[in-house]
Amino acid sequence: MGDPLFNNGFDLGVVLIVLVKSLIGFTFVMVGVIFMIWFERKVIADMQNRIGPNRAGPFGLLQTLADGIKLIFKEDLRPDRADPLVFRLAPYLSVAPAFLTFCIVPIGGVFTSGQDGSVHLFGHTTYLQVADPPIGVLFLLAMSSIGVYGVMLAGWSSGSKYPLLGAVRASAQMVSYEAALGLSVVTVILMTGSLSTHDIVATQAGRFLDWNLVTTAVVPFVIFSIAACAELNRPPFDLVEAEQELVGGFHTEYSSIRFGMFYLAEFMNTITMSAIIVTLFLGGPSGPVLFGPQQIWPLVWFTLKLLGFLFGFVWLRATLPRFRYDQLMDLGWKGLIPASLVWLILVAVIRVGNDQDWPRVVGPLVGLGVAGAVFLLLLGALRTSATRRHDEAEVGS
Amino acid sequence: MSEFLRAYLTVAVFAAFAGLLIAGVLGLSRLIRPNRPTPQKLLTYESGVDPVGSGFSQSQVRYYIFALLFVMFDVEAVFIFPWAMRLELYQVFGLVEMAVFIVILVFGLVYAWRKGVLRWV
Repeated sequence: MGDPLFNNGFDLGVVLIVLVKSLIGFTFVMVGVIFMIWFERKVIADMQNRIGPNRAGPFGLLQTLADGIKLIFKEDLRPDRADPLVFRLAPYLSVAPAFLTFCIVPIGGVFTSGQDGSVHLFGHTTYLQVADPPIGVLFLLAMSSIGVYGVMLAGWSSGSKYPLLGAVRASAQMVSYEAALGLSVVTVILMTGSLSTHDIVATQAGRFLDWNLVTTAVVPFVIFSIAACAELNRPPFDLVEAEQELVGGFHTEYSSIRFGMFYLAEFMNTITMSAIIVTLFLGGPSGPVLFGPQQIWPLVWFTLKLLGFLFGFVWLRATLPRFRYDQLMDLGWKGLIPASLVWLILVAVIRVGNDQDWPRVVGPLVGLGVAGAVFLLLLGALRTSATRRHDEAEVGS
Repeated sequence: MSEFLRAYLTVAVFAAFAGLLIAGVLGLSRLIRPNRPTPQKLLTYESGVDPVGSGFSQSQVRYYIFALLFVMFDVEAVFIFPWAMRLELYQVFGLVEMAVFIVILVFGLVYAWRKGVLRWV
């Protein structure tokens, strides 16, 4: 249980490894963000038949850096009406959770043929992830909750109307989808029996059929991906900063590098959330070792899967129009949450059925029963709600 | 340091890195950026005209209702996560118990739905 690094007491080597791991994680995220921003702009440009950034550096690769330096040199404005302390605090609350989530992602390690994904360094054994706290996945949920504070406080403390509107929208949207996010993670934990991301990856090692994508039967993966997209406030769920209605949304009043911080947090969140999806459902670093040294391939597979997801998010942005707010709430509360509850029961039945050697048909049958009952209940609710609306309309007219 | 806390040592170091990054960049910017405030610059944005009224206005009660509903589902997560970790121990008993719990929860959602709380117009 937990990272074997701390099993043999403390010495200089342990401290050094902790520092090196943090530094590697830090570099991974920062370099990832810089290229992610370039990647998104370039891919979107291609999809919209434009050229995109092509001036700073080869293929415009240094565009992000140039933008960052420009923002650092800009005058920082804080409106008179803003709450000074909270206004300054909000960027921290936005960036730090986005950054911290990454520390539970295992980025490499060989899990097949009896190995537990650990590597040897300076005479110590450790996992290839920044930290492996026993609460694992709960850490992700906690951090995304704190991220809501960053957005909410930024909008509220500006003392301006558009940011406030953007902030209440954002927090309602994020808490709504957080429920669906949490419920779909539970199915993964049912299959693993542990919250630790290391254990989750270890149980998915080996064949493709062991991936949680397959063992939980795809639906939780779909729910999680949609909910993650909404958590990230990325299109088609970017009502938080819908330019046509809200100007810039919650960060309208932010300028200079403080605005840059929110921008950074947004892309960091995209990277870490994609990494989390890969970890939870797609086996993290698992994949075949083709040739050469064993330790390289998990890193390669992890990066490839991550890139696939990042491209997917950009693709969604280029393809789909924005949701309307009532559609967004409907999808969350009337679609994803009931679906994830039903699927939770179904996966639990299959899990217990496997342990108890029930016949194979029991799982799907019970699942169908539960789904049918919930469907009927919801249909009833829908009709009642519709009738009431009808009555209200008649009274009103 | 206890074994439990040790696992979070790396998290703390990583958090320190995050804090340093933000503080460093903001501090650097503070040193080199210009600062020439004028009254116009310090106004809040309102489509180009002078802002009317206070920025801390009231917002719709619907947002609040969704926040309340969220609390219901968040508290429920407190019960579901430990159950999911230990299902192999409780087997059929655990399954039935959680099914009852979730059905009650769904009733709550259905009630809110019937009441038209989830309707956003």
